[in-house]
Amino acid sequence: MFTIENLARFQFAMTTIFHFFFVPLSVGTVFMTALMETIYVKTGDEKWKKRTKFFGSIMLLSFAVGVVTGIIQEFQFGMNWSEYSRYVGDIFGAPLAVEALLAFFMESTFLGVWMFGWDKLGKKLHNATLWIVFVGTFLSSLWILAANSWMQNPVGYAVRGGRATLISFSALLTNPQTILEFAHVTTGFLLTGGFITAGIACFQILKNREVDMFKPVLRLGLLVALIASVGNFVAGDQQMIEVKNSQPMKFAAAEGVMTTTENPAEWAMVGFYNQADKEEIFGIHVPYMLSILTYHSPSSKNPPIQGVQELNKKLAEKYPEAAKELHGNFVPPINALFWTFRIMAGISMLMILLSALGLFWTRKKKPWLYENRPWLHIYGWFLYAPFIAITSGWLVTELGRYPWTVYGLFTIRDSVSPNVSVGSLIFSNSVYFLLFCFLGSVMIYFTVQRMRKGTEGAETAYVELDPFNKESFSVHDTQDEEETSKENEDKEANK
Amino acid sequence: MTGLQLFWFIIVGVLFSGFFFLEGFDYGVGMSAITIAKDKREIEQTIGSIGPVWDLNEVWLLTAGGAMFASFPYWYASLFSGFYLVLFLILVGLIFRGVTFEFRHHAHSEKGKMFWTKTLGVASFAIPFLFGLMFTSMIQGVPMDAHGNVSATFTTYVNPLSVVGGVAVLLLAWLHGLNYLALKTEGDLRARSAKVANILYFVLYAGEVVFAVLLAIFTDFFEKHFVGTLVLLVAIVVLTVVAHLAVRAKKEMTAFIASGLTFVALVALIFQGIFPRVMIATNPAHSILIKNASSTGYTLTAMTIVTLCILPFVLVYIGWTYYVFRKRIKK
Repeated sequence: MFTIENLARFQFAMTTIFHFFFVPLSVGTVFMTALMETIYVKTGDEKWKKRTKFFGSIMLLSFAVGVVTGIIQEFQFGMNWSEYSRYVGDIFGAPLAVEALLAFFMESTFLGVWMFGWDKLGKKLHNATLWIVFVGTFLSSLWILAANSWMQNPVGYAVRGGRATLISFSALLTNPQTILEFAHVTTGFLLTGGFITAGIACFQILKNREVDMFKPVLRLGLLVALIASVGNFVAGDQQMIEVKNSQPMKFAAAEGVMTTTENPAEWAMVGFYNQADKEEIFGIHVPYMLSILTYHSPSSKNPPIQGVQELNKKLAEKYPEAAKELHGNFVPPINALFWTFRIMAGISMLMILLSALGLFWTRKKKPWLYENRPWLHIYGWFLYAPFIAITSGWLVTELGRYPWTVYGLFTIRDSVSPNVSVGSLIFSNSVYFLLFCFLGSVMIYFTVQRMRKGTEGAETAYVELDPFNKESFSVHDTQDEEETSKENEDKEANK
Repeated sequence: MTGLQLFWFIIVGVLFSGFFFLEGFDYGVGMSAITIAKDKREIEQTIGSIGPVWDLNEVWLLTAGGAMFASFPYWYASLFSGFYLVLFLILVGLIFRGVTFEFRHHAHSEKGKMFWTKTLGVASFAIPFLFGLMFTSMIQGVPMDAHGNVSATFTTYVNPLSVVGGVAVLLLAWLHGLNYLALKTEGDLRARSAKVANILYFVLYAGEVVFAVLLAIFTDFFEKHFVGTLVLLVAIVVLTVVAHLAVRAKKEMTAFIASGLTFVALVALIFQGIFPRVMIATNPAHSILIKNASSTGYTLTAMTIVTLCILPFVLVYIGWTYYVFRKRIKK
């Protein structure tokens, strides 16, 4: 149970999942905030500036947590997976270094300028800095996903001197897996931004806080969510077809195909599986559906879809050394994959449906959604749905890699640091767990606080006491007030 | 050893130098926030002076780590797994420190704000100390097998030289931060920074002498590279003296540049001392050399091209940012 391997795997899962709550949240809110600011620049409407600052402050909160949890990710490979780092460093290190150099500098620099630069830059330039941050987040995703895709589908390498070496740098970026992952993940970011914005707006409307301020935001969020959800669905569909070809075992487990199917194949809507015997215990099947989903046609000419049992035999023949180490078991956790995949796909459908309906129900002619409390509650709580879907998606991707860290090349068992003690790992896992609970709670608490205060006094960085903000005067003495008025005079003079 | 390998060894050193030069003063400013800032306003003034830039300065560390992984995977793997607990503590420090800037801003009660300020200060003390501890343990030679796996014990991390090294890095960062504050703020804080720096420099002199003596006892720097080690040690002392004199003469820019260069000289000392190795083992046969630790020539070439294309832009916009926020911070 408490082996180095299990603890390191748990740590990777925990840190990745937690980090990836905040990545879509921050990238999505960066996009929404930049969009709002652009509307403000174009229309000159002060209300949009207020909205920008309100969502900007929520964005900055999530960005902070996203950045600090990202540092763990980069160091973790060396700390917990030193053997892996030695084996793939020649290939895997480069995208990480490029990510830092190309993207992280860009994000952190221009975010700093945006936060503190409201009155130092022109409107257009100030808005441009946030769009640059947004471009930076996408570049960052591209490189980190290139690294992940290479683990899923190794390309452009040769094994020499006991390690994988790079023979084509461009192959990393043109890896079909990279392109599909990038499309699927980035649309996921945007729809998260859309639903978060819409959800927060719904809660504000429900609580009767600045209703008119948040109505247009609700619609904007739903619009972004709809476009991104459709794109996300299409990209995910294409990705699944790619997975079927490059990682048939992952596909078979996710679709609950235990034995190679007949044609046309039936699709399991519900299924429970026995991991040891690789057999279905109970399932509800829809005829023809799997062929339609996989080949987009129910014809019987399609090649059959291979099942877990046959694939396991094939893999054992193909990789005799790994088979010895793994006792001939190449099967990822079937039930976990099957259900996480169903959750992701189910939420994906719901997202398209709800965003389209929401837009229809808030149309100019008959906007009844603003008044309908039950539905507002549904849309409000739905802001958590993208996170569940995204986490499920990563679980499918990463658990489905079992037993490999690099598909077909290097096993998880061979990847861990042999010299890190179980005690160290238990210690770091416990501290991370508590730390994450703490950070997550603080983040949610501050977000709720921000919502309570509404758009009043929302600032992206500390500003000297603002005479129009009542709170500045809640605790003060006369000396303070004198200084403040003097300061404001100084400020005016400097302008 | 190929020219490319040497080039990347230097690049990793340059990135760590950049990290200490820039992020060093952020830590120093963080320490000052809970030590020399007298009231709420001064705390805001202190932390406000690094607000827009601390995050981009921290990216130097991520880039250094990434570059180490990409160019010397065997070094990265041995160092990061070997110094597991120290790095873990550094990470926890970085996590706490990284969120405090934003959390302080959102905390609505004075108590809450103070809590995050204190966290910022404590983490700012801990991180440079731990970095100093790590690098000065690394250079003494660590127990390592032929495969490069470090089997560290408590004394590997904590020993006379590493504790002194940790304190020295902490002091350097603090002084660098004080010099930055003197450069970037107005009023009492500016004067007080210089005053405190003036006192701390005497402590640093003592630290540097002890450090040099311990370096001679516990490392093979003087045996392997007598001239280089001596020159760089002298450079560190000279730069400290220059910074100190500049502080006293109120030449704030000179003091700041000199204290930053002290860090560069320290990183250079470490990198030239371990050369041509990247990890020193207690059993010299197990030491990892630059020539065996690196990625292939193909990867290094690709990385070189990418770096040379991107780095100029990065330096330009970082410079622009410092230019945009060039004004002194008022109380």
